[in-house]
Amino acid sequence: MSNTFHFINRSMFDLDDYSADEIMFILEAAQGMKEINLREYKKIPTLRGKTVCTLFIENSTRTRMSFELAASRLSADVVSFQESTSALSKGESLQDTVYTLNAMGIDLYVIRHSSPGSPQLVNKYSGKPVINGGDGRHAHPTQALLDIFSIWERLHSLKGLKITIVGDILNSRVVRSNLIGMKKLGAHVTVCGPRTLMPGHMEEVYGCKVEYDLKTALKDADCVMGLRMQLERQTEGLFPSLEEYTKHYVLSKDTIKWAKKDALIMHPGPMNRGVEILPEIADSSQSIITEQVANGVAVRMALLFLILGGKA
Amino acid sequence: MKTMIKNGIVYQNGKFESLDILFEGHKITQIGKDISIKADETIDAAGKHVLPGLVDIHCHLRDPGFTYKEDIISGTKAAARGGFTTVCAMPNTDPVVDNIATVEFIQRRAKDLGFCKVKVIGAITKQIEGKEISEMASMKEGGIIAISDDGNCVQNGKLMMNCMKYAANFHLPVIIHAEDYNFAGKGQIHSGKAASQLGLSGIPAIAEEVIIARDIMLAESTKARLHVAHVSSARSLELIKQAKDKGLPVSCEVTPHHLLLNEMATITFDTNTKCKPPLRSEKDRLALLEGLKSGLIDCIATDHAPHADYEKELEFDKAPFGINGFEAAFASLYTHLVIPGHLSLERLIEALTSAPAQLFSLNAGVLEEGATADLVIADLHQTITLTADNMLSKAKNTPWIDKELKGKMLSTFCEGRITWQA
Repeated sequence: MSNTFHFINRSMFDLDDYSADEIMFILEAAQGMKEINLREYKKIPTLRGKTVCTLFIENSTRTRMSFELAASRLSADVVSFQESTSALSKGESLQDTVYTLNAMGIDLYVIRHSSPGSPQLVNKYSGKPVINGGDGRHAHPTQALLDIFSIWERLHSLKGLKITIVGDILNSRVVRSNLIGMKKLGAHVTVCGPRTLMPGHMEEVYGCKVEYDLKTALKDADCVMGLRMQLERQTEGLFPSLEEYTKHYVLSKDTIKWAKKDALIMHPGPMNRGVEILPEIADSSQSIITEQVANGVAVRMALLFLILGGKA
Repeated sequence: MKTMIKNGIVYQNGKFESLDILFEGHKITQIGKDISIKADETIDAAGKHVLPGLVDIHCHLRDPGFTYKEDIISGTKAAARGGFTTVCAMPNTDPVVDNIATVEFIQRRAKDLGFCKVKVIGAITKQIEGKEISEMASMKEGGIIAISDDGNCVQNGKLMMNCMKYAANFHLPVIIHAEDYNFAGKGQIHSGKAASQLGLSGIPAIAEEVIIARDIMLAESTKARLHVAHVSSARSLELIKQAKDKGLPVSCEVTPHHLLLNEMATITFDTNTKCKPPLRSEKDRLALLEGLKSGLIDCIATDHAPHADYEKELEFDKAPFGINGFEAAFASLYTHLVIPGHLSLERLIEALTSAPAQLFSLNAGVLEEGATADLVIADLHQTITLTADNMLSKAKNTPWIDKELKGKMLSTFCEGRITWQA
């Protein structure tokens, strides 16, 4: 595998710093990695001697496990830093935490943090490549990559596809990164949700379509993604009840009919079954939700491999 | 001792003219062409601009209480370097300036140690907590020029009405930091394009506008003199225009950063662009520039808000709000508004000198015989680059750091005494 693009030691803060060709290159690399994950002995020695730190200031078991598995399968050493057990809860600044970790010889950081822009800070303080594992409501580029990979693998190209994302757009970092990546690969994305959960200027910033009505939004969709609806938004005064939300925005057998026949059903997880999506859809043959999870490991392996200059 | 500044391009009554200025002690004794009196010291200012010492009606010197950010010495040194000879300090110190003792403490320290004159602004409410009226009349006897809870905003309209009534009683102008806390919430930047893109919570312009609307109504009913600090949105200006057209005693200021930058300056998560009110849309910025030109906005004030490096070197939503203003104010405005032709040099200087001085009846901001010898010699052709090493402020939180700007203050005289020399 030739690393003709310059991935080595390059951070991934979001997909906007990566071209369409570079994204495609990552997807192709991920396809190679996926094969490793199907082997009985799921490990290659390519990153032996490299140390990856998963710096999770905000809890996320799934994403952290996915990154840690990815790094382990490439034989990198993995250390994990978590808020609950960490110095940050003792009042240490992110800067000092990074200085401390860096002194231990970390080669790459994966960061999850509730503050937008914190991956850039980790990069600034460490001088090491950083993969953004989700920063507040800002970005979650590896989730977007695995979503894009999952669509690409099924439909072979994103060009001209209509992709509809439904739910709490305002609070979703997944949507923001997906909008950037999917648009780069030529998809037409529509975001849908109640106005109180829709940020302003979406068309202008992302070149997407904004719909407030589910039926209109789903029309002709090749691919439909539901987003986790969080109960806490109710106490923030953004919507009155989960029941009312479900009534208008749930992905169900009835509503999914408005999309194209056999449209792919996706969800970044964790799902609230019965709120934004019904089991009849989540577990249907159209659903690729568990594939997304599997692909996540492969995509993250590809990225670690490319950034840390793994040998094929 | 007599000092003569020869052949400078002198700003007087809104115009520039090649003149000599003679000052003796702390007074300007003569301004004219070819003054022949022999001085003890003569400065050749040919080709240089001689301006009234700049006046800043809105700054935070952080002293007492937060002297790790700035103190009266470092703050006034930075001010002098920026060409300022009079600055007005906001009361959100520790202790808060809500009593005459703290007023006198600051004035005494500034007099003994300062590099420019410091006027004190007292709090509207005790502890700037928005709960009880401060002892503003006593503070006025102590020397405050106005009252403000800057940084905070009195949320309770009924209390604000009483504060304004009380202030009117003692002829104290009321300066408001207009921010409705419910609208502002945990917002970090303007609710606009950048916020949508960065996933940061927004502070909508309406957070400012509703309070301005409220306080204009209160000014009308209480007869208090209202000054709106750091106005940031186009609709705020509409409200202020309505009030002014109606003849209400309302004025406002704008900061250099709101005139020069818009929300997109934040796109790199640079915490040096994080301020309150936030940098708004380009449309708002252009409205502010128009407002300054037309006189709807009365003056420019820096809102100099120093913060320590380690406070700004945090995650964006954890860093404090505020931009360091003194040292870059004139040069940034000159470079990015005057040179490209967006604003006249005359209006810029007026808005930094006589206009703010008049608002609060400060004896400053003009060059004339008999006036205090507060003046600056500037070379508009020379450049400056502020760096972490050469800044005089303790804090370095300016978006202009490491950027070359035109317009260098060569020397600043405050009451005839040299307070800055490049």
